[in-house]
Amino acid sequence: MSDVRTHAEEISAQFSDHLDVSVDEIESELRTLVDDYSVPLEEARRSVTSSYLDDAGMDRDELAPGGSESTVVGEIDTDEQWVDLEVQVADLWEPGHDSISQVGLLGDESGTIKFVAFDTSELPELAEGASYALGNVVTDEYEGDYSVKLNRTTTIEELDREVEVGDDGVAVEGALVDLQSGSGLIKRCPDEECTRVLQNGRCSEHGQVDGSFDLRLKAVLDDGDRVQEVIFDEAATASLTGIDLAEAKQMAQDALDTTVVEEEIAARVTGRYYRVYGPEFRRYVLVDEFEELDGAASAEETLIRARSI
Amino acid sequence: MSGVPSREVARRVFAAEYNDGSHTFKESDDERAPLYYLLPTGERANRVFLVGTLTETEDVGEDSEYWRGRIVDPTGTFFAYAGQYQPEAAAALRDLSSPAYVAVVGKPRTYETDDGTVNVSVRPESISEVSAGARDRWVAETAERTLDRIEAYDDEANEYGRMARERYDLEIDQYREAVVAALKSLEQGDELGGQETEPPA
Repeated sequence: MSDVRTHAEEISAQFSDHLDVSVDEIESELRTLVDDYSVPLEEARRSVTSSYLDDAGMDRDELAPGGSESTVVGEIDTDEQWVDLEVQVADLWEPGHDSISQVGLLGDESGTIKFVAFDTSELPELAEGASYALGNVVTDEYEGDYSVKLNRTTTIEELDREVEVGDDGVAVEGALVDLQSGSGLIKRCPDEECTRVLQNGRCSEHGQVDGSFDLRLKAVLDDGDRVQEVIFDEAATASLTGIDLAEAKQMAQDALDTTVVEEEIAARVTGRYYRVYGPEFRRYVLVDEFEELDGAASAEETLIRARSI
Repeated sequence: MSGVPSREVARRVFAAEYNDGSHTFKESDDERAPLYYLLPTGERANRVFLVGTLTETEDVGEDSEYWRGRIVDPTGTFFAYAGQYQPEAAAALRDLSSPAYVAVVGKPRTYETDDGTVNVSVRPESISEVSAGARDRWVAETAERTLDRIEAYDDEANEYGRMARERYDLEIDQYREAVVAALKSLEQGDELGGQETEPPA
């Protein structure tokens, strides 16, 4: 495909919602400028774009910036940027609304980001686990969290290589100052799609159910400046506390009470310092790795600081 | 944001500073608004985290159990009180044998005695036994946080620094000196096998 053709297609995509103009037409206008008048391609594109802007009665800043920038998901930190990504579909979720055709997670080596595709864009469906080059997706920001939206101009090309999904974990240090309710031995809804934590044997979605046991901790790490809620899943809880699911069930059975598990765990972990590492999920960090911290490593530097004030 | 009130951070403060304050305040008329204790170095504290040596526990209650724990850091002594409304902390004080390194998460409480002096104590949310390493880490961390507050004390934008200057007549440099002493005690502790400096009376 020639450069001119590519630019023509991009311009066409930019105006597809506003003007009925074919790629061929645009290409021929570009060619006239480039071939007949020796205008550099970029300048030709600018000129052609301007005339279409006039036709559509639009300002340049209403336009999707053409030749959207190629980036990685971890670099996305601005709202309403047009970007190209090469990603693997890491996860697909149930769309929460009729207008949404697909929602899920896209990943590349820099991490993962949420994506949304809308019914009205009439795009081909993305398959979970497949890798794609996505052209012209637009970034979106909500309460500090970034996502990308696929749209009518988005190009989707399946890649024959697999894009590696890196982990986008964060490290948090602090004293474990509290275990929140819902920590320890809990019961979850047995529905595979649901797995909500039961309250008094009830699932908020499925009512009274015969739950299945799970072990997890919702803990608060506090470094004296800020607090961070973290979740230890069954494996991380077992490795942190030395109590695995089987032992937790046994403890609860012996005591005829599940709360003994949380109490025992609280005694083992509260007041200790940890560094945890894992991906962020809503207001939590999901702990993949952790280590206990002790000792006053930086005491000498602090002493120098104290004497210099 | 989510409508869930954010959890109050647990301040790090040495006993020498903690026991010097007296002023508490709320920032809203709401009955359930958090109560803050004003630290002498100019920060509001609704919660504190401290690690020290539990040197003594005593049931000082008359009708029901009311446990008092003395917890010593390199600069002084914290007093923690737990009764029937803090059953876990009270049980911990009952069961722990001193001396032991303990971590305490709790709320600052002030109490005015008959002669008008104000005592500051901690109402624990939790008390747990920890290692000497955790204690050392707390001392180093508390030193850092205290220096942060001392450096920000005179900032125009620091409303709690201003509040401390208005409410208290205290020499801030003594808390910098306390930091130095606390950090030096860590070094000595290493050399002398964990000996504590004498807390002031």
